[in-house]
Amino acid sequence: MRLATPYLFAALGETFSQRSGVLNLGVEGQMLMGAFAGFYVTFQTQNPWLGLLAAAVIGALMGLAMAVVSVTFKAEQGISGIGFYLFGLGMSELLFHRLLGTVETVSGFPTLRIPVLEQSNSLIIRAIDSIFLSHNFLVYAAFALVPIAWFVLNKTTIGLKIRAVGQNPGAADTLAVSVEKVRYFTVTLGGLLSGIAGASLSIGLLNVFQQGMTAGQGFIAVALVYFGAWRPFGVLLGAMIFSLVNALQLWVQVLGIPIPSDIAVMMPYVLTILALIFAVQRVQQPAALSKIFERGEH
Amino acid sequence: MNPIRAYSALVTGAFGSTNAIADTIVKATPLLFVGLGICIAFRGGVINIGGEGQMIIGALGTTAFALALPDAPPGIIIPASLLLGFVLGGLYGGIAGFLKAYFGVNEILTTVMLNSIAVQLMNFLLRGPMIDPDQFGRASRIPQTARLSAAFDLPRLVPTRLHAGAFIAVALAILVYIFLWRTTIGYRIRAVGLNREASRYAGINTKRYMVLSLALSGAFAGLAGAVQVLGLYHRMVTDGSPGGFTGSAGFNGIVAALFGQLHPLGTIPAAFFFGALLVGANSMQRAVQIPAALITALNGLVVVFVVSSELWRRRRARRREMQAAAEITHAAQPVTPTPLEAVKSLNSFPQPS
Repeated sequence: MRLATPYLFAALGETFSQRSGVLNLGVEGQMLMGAFAGFYVTFQTQNPWLGLLAAAVIGALMGLAMAVVSVTFKAEQGISGIGFYLFGLGMSELLFHRLLGTVETVSGFPTLRIPVLEQSNSLIIRAIDSIFLSHNFLVYAAFALVPIAWFVLNKTTIGLKIRAVGQNPGAADTLAVSVEKVRYFTVTLGGLLSGIAGASLSIGLLNVFQQGMTAGQGFIAVALVYFGAWRPFGVLLGAMIFSLVNALQLWVQVLGIPIPSDIAVMMPYVLTILALIFAVQRVQQPAALSKIFERGEH
Repeated sequence: MNPIRAYSALVTGAFGSTNAIADTIVKATPLLFVGLGICIAFRGGVINIGGEGQMIIGALGTTAFALALPDAPPGIIIPASLLLGFVLGGLYGGIAGFLKAYFGVNEILTTVMLNSIAVQLMNFLLRGPMIDPDQFGRASRIPQTARLSAAFDLPRLVPTRLHAGAFIAVALAILVYIFLWRTTIGYRIRAVGLNREASRYAGINTKRYMVLSLALSGAFAGLAGAVQVLGLYHRMVTDGSPGGFTGSAGFNGIVAALFGQLHPLGTIPAAFFFGALLVGANSMQRAVQIPAALITALNGLVVVFVVSSELWRRRRARRREMQAAAEITHAAQPVTPTPLEAVKSLNSFPQPS
């Protein structure tokens, strides 16, 4: 469950922006910047909440920049996303060298526990406790976000607007839904959640910052959105499968099963490609995904 | 921090001496190879982010080949091993092209994943089966292969590190230009890139050409890897990080190609420029302690700005079209068209791709 947290945050954010028709490939860069900002602020203030706030703000700013480029400047989304990835990769490393220099650790979010259950005599209760109820705040928040995202997308006016803009921006535009405003909103929100996803690594899970620590998780999160068929609960399923594979891969190394660790580390990436092939066969993507909207051209 | 000192360190680092200029060209060489591939892919309407992985696969193939045949005659063996890198990189790029064309899988995501897979494969091979026997006894165990036989060394301009790879790259840039603009296959690649639907109606097998553009793109990256091995390192070596072998040339080549307007000949000066930035950044890091990661961040911004500026170029082209069309309508039809007619004629304009 812990390993699923960064995937969930990033992929749910990406679900919003893709549903509105923007393919944001800068997730990885936003996560790295969020991871660094969260770590640095926590390191300076000893307060993980401030760190989380910083990560969210930085992520949202990067999302906003992506929105300016892809919505207002109507740039090719795939390539500009890669630009933001490179920017986040370089910038987080640059700041790391300038501001920290060496690898430090912080005390991130503490584990929330229920003392009664921990001391329970029943083995089952203790097992449930250690699997489901012994995580930090961010893990619970990520899982709570799934039904919230589902509700917002499917049961609210703004969700309807988001889906309309992603499916048929021309029609949405004639009904006085501002395609630009909706896309600005979703891409910024996506950036914010990606920033938090990064923070969930640096101050939730590992409590360190390293250059390039996200190791492709941002891109996998984008793939999870495809895999989850653009639905929050589908994304949840995908995130669980991937974190399971990640956990397996760690177990393989711990137990000393004779698979070279480098080969084991490959598994999530291979799985991503397979998942993509499988997912694309099954469902239609939002009709206007990664298409630039220009009034009067549809 | 003194910005003038920083910039002067950057400039002298890149151009200050014969060696510096040679190093700049050496750094620019893989960028140009990768950039040429990027020109082909992007012109063909597919996006190849997999230069890193394709370089690694090409280099691994070349290295394995050279290790297996240490005493072959250099006349045949160097072209053969370069060709092997070219082919392997092409096959690796072709995977993403195949998945894109026949399964509709987003090629950006697959190429990024293939990068990570190639890095892990390299780490595995260089720490295990292909490790330099000399490294066995040592505690450090640097992940590198044994030095290749000198028969495989590309000719070098002694005493600098400048090797023949740069000349091969420039020659290929001219060839790619001829290929894209003067041959039928090149024309079809560009047609598919400009308008996939129209090309399909014109009878072009668009799927095959999408695979071809990505495979060719990967092939040039694979060649970049092979040239790095034969010209510069004379072995395969990494430091365990994703860019340990490639020096992120697979990404920087994209930046160079975009900066060169996706034109093979424009990519030559662009690659040189980014080569200079990379070499200069290293000496800047030594002189004023600005991390060389600055260049990665800067490259990201360059990409963002280049794709953003597309809008203005498109708008300008559109305005020119509108003016021309307005003049024509004006001359032929002095009567003001009704709003409906005006809308119709607007819609019939060729749309910018």
